[in-house]
Amino acid sequence: MNATRLALALGGRLEPRPRAAATPRAIALRVAPPLCFGVAVVALWQLYVAVSGVRESIFPSPLEVARALGRDSGVLVSAGWTTLSEILLGYAVAIVVGVALAVAVSSSRLIERALYPWLVVSQMIPIPAIAPVVVLWTGFDIRPRLIVIALVSFFPIAVNTIDGLRATDAELVGLLRTLGAGRRQLFRVARLPTALPYLFSGLRVAAALAVIGAVFAEWVGASSGLGYLILSYSSQTETADVFAAIAVLAVIGVALFALVGIAERLLIPWWQLED
Amino acid sequence: MKLAASGITKRFADGVEALGGVSIELREGEFCSIVGPSGCGKSTLLAILAGLIEPSAGRIALDGEPAGRLLGRIGYMPQRDLLMQWRTTLENATVGLELAGVPRAKARAAALAEVPGFGLAGFEEHRPSSLSGGMRQRAALLRTFLAGRDVLLLDEPFGSLDALTREAMREWLLGIWDTHRKTILLVTHDVEEAVFLSDRVYVMSGRPGRVQATLEVPLARPRSLELTATAEFAQLRERLLAPLREEARAALGAA
Repeated sequence: MNATRLALALGGRLEPRPRAAATPRAIALRVAPPLCFGVAVVALWQLYVAVSGVRESIFPSPLEVARALGRDSGVLVSAGWTTLSEILLGYAVAIVVGVALAVAVSSSRLIERALYPWLVVSQMIPIPAIAPVVVLWTGFDIRPRLIVIALVSFFPIAVNTIDGLRATDAELVGLLRTLGAGRRQLFRVARLPTALPYLFSGLRVAAALAVIGAVFAEWVGASSGLGYLILSYSSQTETADVFAAIAVLAVIGVALFALVGIAERLLIPWWQLED
Repeated sequence: MKLAASGITKRFADGVEALGGVSIELREGEFCSIVGPSGCGKSTLLAILAGLIEPSAGRIALDGEPAGRLLGRIGYMPQRDLLMQWRTTLENATVGLELAGVPRAKARAAALAEVPGFGLAGFEEHRPSSLSGGMRQRAALLRTFLAGRDVLLLDEPFGSLDALTREAMREWLLGIWDTHRKTILLVTHDVEEAVFLSDRVYVMSGRPGRVQATLEVPLARPRSLELTATAEFAQLRERLLAPLREEARAALGAA
C-alpha cells in the first residue's frame, strides 16, 4: 500500500478513468424507459377513447392520429420543412444575439446595469399579441417569423451565458494574471471555456422554445408551415389532423434537442453531465 | 538581494488588518519558508508579492531595485492546483508560455522535456480529472516552472496531499529546485516541511501578521528524508515550534 502510494507520488502511473462506452446494452438502457413510457401512454389513451366513446373531433384516438399522419403525409412533410427552416434560422439569430448580449453584459458593470433589466422586460412581452405588429413593421415574409422565434428563444441563451461568464474561478483569473494574461487572453483562456457548459444548457432550453416560437409566428404571419396547418385544421375541427401536425412538430423539437446534445459532446468533451 | 520586502502592511476595506509590517529577504537561489498559524496573512503576503493585491504600505525591491508593478514578473502557485479541466495536462503546463506568445510547438517541446522530471510521463494528453492528487500538484508546479520566472512563490503546494505523498513530494521538490536553480518562497503551516526544505524560515505571528522569529537552517544539502530523523533536525524543529506553541496557547486563551 505504502509502496503504491510512493510510486504514484513519484510519477507512477494511474490507469486513466474509463469513459462510459456506447455498448448496445448501454444504448438499450437509455432508449427503453422513454419508449416503454410512451407506448404505455398511447395504449391508455387508445383504451380511454375506446371505452368512453368520445367523439373523434373532440379527442381522437392514437389510431386516428396515425391515420391522419398517413393521409396528410405530403402536406405535413412540406409544412414541416418550412417550419424546420424557420426554426433553424430563428434559432441561429437567437444564438448570435444571445451570446453577443451576454458578452456585452459581462464585459462591464455599466453595460450590465443598463441592459440586464431590459433583457428581463423583453420576456414580459406577450409574444402572440405583438407578433401581428411585427408583421406590420416588416411585411409578410419570413422576417417576422424569425424575429418572433429569436425573441422567444434568445433569453435562456443570454442568461445562461452571462451566468457562465461570471462563473470563472477568481483564483484562476489571478493565477493567469501572474502569468501575464491580459483581458482578451483571460476571456479566451478562462472565461469562455468556463461559460461553454452554461451556454449549452441555455441552448437546450432555447431549442424547445424555438419550436413553440415558430408556431406562434405562423399563427399570424404565415400561409404555410406546421403552425399555420394546425390553425387551419383546428378551425375545421379536424382534430386528428391537428394532433398529427403536433406529432411532426414534436419530432422536430426532439431532433433539435438531441442535435444540441450531440454538439455539446463533440465541442466540450471534457464536460460530462452523466456518468 | 533577489527579492526584499520591508514593512509590508495590509488593511482590507472591511477594516481587517491582515499584515502588520512584514519584512523578508530572499537571496538569489535561496529556498525560504514562511510558517505561521492559519489566518496570519501568509497567503495575503504571497498575493502581494505576486502583484495581485496592493499592500497598504511597505516597499518591495526586486533585484535590488524598487519593484514597481510586480504582476507578471514573479511566479506564483496558489494553494489549489487550478488546473483547467478543458485542457490536457500538457496544455495546462504550457499556458504561461502560451500567454507569453511562445509558438505552440516550441512551448510543447519545452514542456515535454520536463515531463519525466515532474513524474507526468504518459499523462501528457490526459485531462486533469484523471490525475492523482500528487500528479495534479506536480502539473501545477510544472506550469509555474515553465513560465520561466526567477522567483517562485508557492502557497502550501502540498497541503491537500496525504502525509506519505507529501513527504515524497518534498524530497522531489528539492531535486527540482536543485536542477532549476530558482529562488523559492514557500508558505506552509507544517514546521517539519519548512525546516526540511529551507535555508531560512520566517515564523509569523497571528493576525495582524508579523515576522516574530527568523531561523537559519544550516543543514547540509542535498537533503534526503532520512535527515528528519536526526537530532539536529529535531532541535531546529523545536526552536520553530516554541514561538508557534506560545501563539496557539495565547489564541486559545483569548478565545
